[in-house]
Amino acid sequence: MNAHQWLELALYIGALVLVTKPLGLYINRVLNPNGRTWLDPVLRPFEKFTYRVLRVDPAKEHGWKQYAFAMLLFSLVSCLFTYAILRLQQFLPLNPQKLGALAQHLAFNTAVSFTTNTNWQSYGGESTMSYFSQMVALASQNFFSAAVGIAIAGALVRGIARHTAQTIGNFWVDLTRIIYYLLLPICLVLALFFVSQGMIQNFKPYTVAKLIEPQTVSVQKTDANGKPVVDAKGNPVMVNQTLDTQTIVQGPMASQMAIKMLGTNGGGYTNANAAHPFENPTPLSNFFQMLALLCIGSALTYHLGRETKNQKHGWAVWSAMFVMFLAGVLVCSWAEARGNPIHQQLGVAVADGNMEGKEVRFGIFDSALFATVTTDASCGAVNSMHDSFTPLGGLVPMFNIQTGEVIFGGVGAGLYGMLIFVILAVFIAGLMVGRTPEYLGKKIEAYDVKMTLLAFVILAFIILGFTAWASVSDWGKAGLNNNGPHGLSEMLYAYTSGAGNNGSAFAGLNANTPWYDTTLGFDMLLGRFGMIVPLLALAGSLARKKIVPASAGTFPVTGITFVVLLVGTVILVGALTFLPALTLGPIVEHFLMLKGTLF
Amino acid sequence: MQTKAVSVFDSKILWPAIGDAFKKLNPRLMVKNPVMFVTLVGAAISTVDAFRSPGQTLFVAQIALWLWFTVLFANFAEAVAEGRGKAQAKALRATRTRTSANKISGDRIEVVDADSLRKGDIVVVHAMEIIPADGEIVLGAATVDESAITGESAPVIREAGGDRSAVTGGTRVLSDEIRIRITANPGEGFLDRMISLVEGASRQKTPNEIALTILLAALTVVFLLAVVTLKPFGIYSGTIFSNAVLIALLVCLIPTTIGGLLSAIGIAGMDRLLQRNVLAMSGRAVEAAGDVDVLLLDKTGTITLGNRQAVAFLPAPGVTERELADAAQLASLADETPEGRSIVVLAKQFGIRARTIHELPNAQFVPFTAQTRMSGVNLEGKQIRKGAANSIRQFVGGKLPAEIEEMVETISLSGGTPLVVATRQRVLGVIHLKDIVKGGLSDRFKRFRAMGIRTVMITGDNKLTAAAIAQEAGVDDFLAEARPEDKLALIRQEQQGGRMIAMIGDGTNDAPALAQADVGVAMNTGTQAAKEAGNMVDLDSNPTKLLEIIEIGKQLLITRGALTTFSIANDVAKYFAIIPAMLMVTFPVIAPLNVMKLHSPDSAILSAVIFNALIIIALIPLALRGVKFRPLGAVQILRINLLIYGLWGVILPFIGIKFIDLIVAGLHLA
Repeated sequence: MNAHQWLELALYIGALVLVTKPLGLYINRVLNPNGRTWLDPVLRPFEKFTYRVLRVDPAKEHGWKQYAFAMLLFSLVSCLFTYAILRLQQFLPLNPQKLGALAQHLAFNTAVSFTTNTNWQSYGGESTMSYFSQMVALASQNFFSAAVGIAIAGALVRGIARHTAQTIGNFWVDLTRIIYYLLLPICLVLALFFVSQGMIQNFKPYTVAKLIEPQTVSVQKTDANGKPVVDAKGNPVMVNQTLDTQTIVQGPMASQMAIKMLGTNGGGYTNANAAHPFENPTPLSNFFQMLALLCIGSALTYHLGRETKNQKHGWAVWSAMFVMFLAGVLVCSWAEARGNPIHQQLGVAVADGNMEGKEVRFGIFDSALFATVTTDASCGAVNSMHDSFTPLGGLVPMFNIQTGEVIFGGVGAGLYGMLIFVILAVFIAGLMVGRTPEYLGKKIEAYDVKMTLLAFVILAFIILGFTAWASVSDWGKAGLNNNGPHGLSEMLYAYTSGAGNNGSAFAGLNANTPWYDTTLGFDMLLGRFGMIVPLLALAGSLARKKIVPASAGTFPVTGITFVVLLVGTVILVGALTFLPALTLGPIVEHFLMLKGTLF
Repeated sequence: MQTKAVSVFDSKILWPAIGDAFKKLNPRLMVKNPVMFVTLVGAAISTVDAFRSPGQTLFVAQIALWLWFTVLFANFAEAVAEGRGKAQAKALRATRTRTSANKISGDRIEVVDADSLRKGDIVVVHAMEIIPADGEIVLGAATVDESAITGESAPVIREAGGDRSAVTGGTRVLSDEIRIRITANPGEGFLDRMISLVEGASRQKTPNEIALTILLAALTVVFLLAVVTLKPFGIYSGTIFSNAVLIALLVCLIPTTIGGLLSAIGIAGMDRLLQRNVLAMSGRAVEAAGDVDVLLLDKTGTITLGNRQAVAFLPAPGVTERELADAAQLASLADETPEGRSIVVLAKQFGIRARTIHELPNAQFVPFTAQTRMSGVNLEGKQIRKGAANSIRQFVGGKLPAEIEEMVETISLSGGTPLVVATRQRVLGVIHLKDIVKGGLSDRFKRFRAMGIRTVMITGDNKLTAAAIAQEAGVDDFLAEARPEDKLALIRQEQQGGRMIAMIGDGTNDAPALAQADVGVAMNTGTQAAKEAGNMVDLDSNPTKLLEIIEIGKQLLITRGALTTFSIANDVAKYFAIIPAMLMVTFPVIAPLNVMKLHSPDSAILSAVIFNALIIIALIPLALRGVKFRPLGAVQILRINLLIYGLWGVILPFIGIKFIDLIVAGLHLA
């Protein structure tokens, strides 16, 4: 890393630290149904109107079961709504490219993917989605799924902070307030900023441009029905084709990109995602996209501290996240900058490191930073191809996801995921201070341990289970572009990304097949709701407990010891679960690469 | 139960434990412990595999053998822990000889078998007879030898009424004759309960043990997933992992160390209490002792020596100290209370030799009565009296000299008790009686404060006295002029605030508070009601025992946490031993991952399995003894234990596995 890159890293960290407290305070008010914000004069009437339409009594709170039911119902309805739009795309307006309906499996996969805040995309946006689908189906899901995540985190924090309470908040109120007060205003500003950087926002049909330098490519010949023509031996018949035009994507991009980053959704408008010049026009837009990605996750730790009246604990959780973030960035950028010995033997750009699959506009460091940030959060937006990273460089994003995306993490999901580890750490090590483990005054008992671990076991079960299934089945291997350990990495990454609701991919995998779409769909559903429901049960259980007043004998959830313990738990538990699989994937691949074998 | 400190590996316990370890292989018992059950299944599968792996038979058989050892070692740990209790139970049973009882039916006394007695029956017990069942003395008083349960050979006095009326079946009346109302049916008596408790027959998992078992089961499931999915991953990568290797990896990863020792730790915790002569009615109570936030301590007996003692004579103007001492001693000669005796002793320091009553045949001693509230002597026409200021004021005609009033005030303010000494004609001075705070308590309370435990002294004294003693003893708070219902109210109030309370008590009026407290320790000398209400009984009836009980509770929880951390931390080294060994054949490039430079893939796997089994045996003494307890704040304890059990838990197995590998390779075992 050169001085310029260190400076950028320092700027990024500085900006993240600066934004944490004010945004955390603001979120704290948003998550309090009676909290006052300076947007009240404008938004309060809309909020009240929404409750009237939805017939919601904002003063009535829910127990955890009711809260979970409301959340599941809402997610089901919005998932079906999205599915319907995608299936009926050709009949709907704002479709200048006359794009057809999505296949059943792809529509299912996509609807699930956007409802679960995963935004795994088995399709290329510009060649699949109409403007209507992008705006009404996908962008609105970006808002909804992000708001659901934040609401769950809010409910869990309430459960921790309250005592002898039966309720953990009102889902509809949380949802409404998060969208109105938090997501919409910031996205409005962010979208305008992106437009100022050159991002597009229009309803024009795609532009066809004449190429200055026409290209000739060899393509497979097809017959009238679009079937490939083969010769007598069964080999495809190739013909030369001259390309002299290029179709350039248009559409309402800025409005969707703001929430894509802020809500850690990550679903790209274009297939190239944030590597596309329209989706990420300048280094400045790149910087603010990365900042938007982590700011809410970071601010939620402040909210945690504020709500539990233990700000030091909030910062301790933040610090644990930060340590892992920094380690990830440094390892990833080091591995990428070090490049690939085979490239070097071929005399390719030794000094530049591994530039394969990276935008020249961003280079090694911005790509590595972006990859780390996007997998720290459950975002999945990419500005480079993770598939082309060096084995160790690619291991960082994968490990980030496998540890549960708890390094600031997806909006809400990062915090509630981290709280699982906090409770695990408190339970295992808490005994060592000679008391029944307590977290912020709440005794962690059998039921709480059960719910925490249920959320954790489900994640391990679906990631390892689906990958194992795919790795020995024909449908699984058929989707691979690469063989050997790298193929395993691709499959492992896909199910990890789906279960973790990340959505980024080792793009080598062709996942738009009925099997992959369907299994990944269930992977995402279980990864999301299989985790949320036990956590809401945990929130309900914690809310009912009394708070034991802190004393010198209380397990410390602040300070360096706790930060070290928390980081150790995240890494150890994550490593112990996934190390065997990782060894056969990226780790073997790394050693093979050092010996000169590539995949 | 004079069984103090049976050594961990006493041969009387060791041999039967080896047999028990095999008996415990019964799958129906094993299934209660998910971690060891998985190990058992693994051992069984690999045993079968050993016969079906031509060329690998020796290797697989060795793996299978060590897996069986792993299970047996865990069972052995539990058996050793139980063994100590069993030995004690055996000793107790021996004392429960068949006895007969003199039952009163109507106006006759009939001799019946003790087993036929029911609650509410009345029996007569004469000197040298064994008390047939638990009961309450309704008539008479007797000295009783309770060594059968307490191990204490000095006889104790039991009498009808008051707080010392309970007697226990199996103990022996040494003198006098008492009538007892039976309070327990056969088989439900204290001794029976004690036997089943020490034997562990009625042992149930405690809340924290259940939570920990869930954690261990979940980790087992996660590792099961990680290992089972390796099979398909291996197939994809072109490697076939054998069952034996996968099972070896699985058993090494699941937390067998803590899984194997968990129940032993719990049993040993109760056992450690028993060695201090405290009988916990449930493991739950021992665990709760670790969580206690507030200690309620009765002043008398716990914080102060049972009674006040004279510490100074403050003479009135014109009276010498010696004159006052002389008068005070005379007034106290017949006073057999500890206070009275302490006055006699103090007077000796002024050169006044102790006189006996017989030396003064003309003296007429006036005992203390509730009406006069004075005691003293009439001698040679002088009426010498000592008593509280109010009583003496009346005795001398309604007024005390101003100097005396001042002394009385000063002593009261300092927490002492003033006794004024006077004759009818003249007030001689004031005796300063003081509560003597037991030595070393203040340090002990300081340690508790460091652990975050608050101590509250309960006393019937007035606030001034209470405050002074509280300060001297170093307790955090006090409740003065306390009535039994105040105690109960205080406990409820603290519990409302989420705190856990421990107290020790003996009287019937303590029973509600003992029942309400999270840890209620009843003294064995106490009433039946108190013993029923509490969840522990202190056989020595020593109130300071509460402090030890709490330390044992904490030690129990720390031991569990430490071994859990250690067990999980161990996995890092085991991964580094086994994973490279598994892949070495297909991917020789990963040789650098074999950081321990283990001899061969087979020896690496075998060494990890052997280490995993031996560590259980190595840690049995620690599990039974408990980890070292340090009276520090949570932050320091956590830091120390994380370093010892976390960091060393990572490092130690690297050394251990390497060492075992050298031996395995040296012996050409693999």
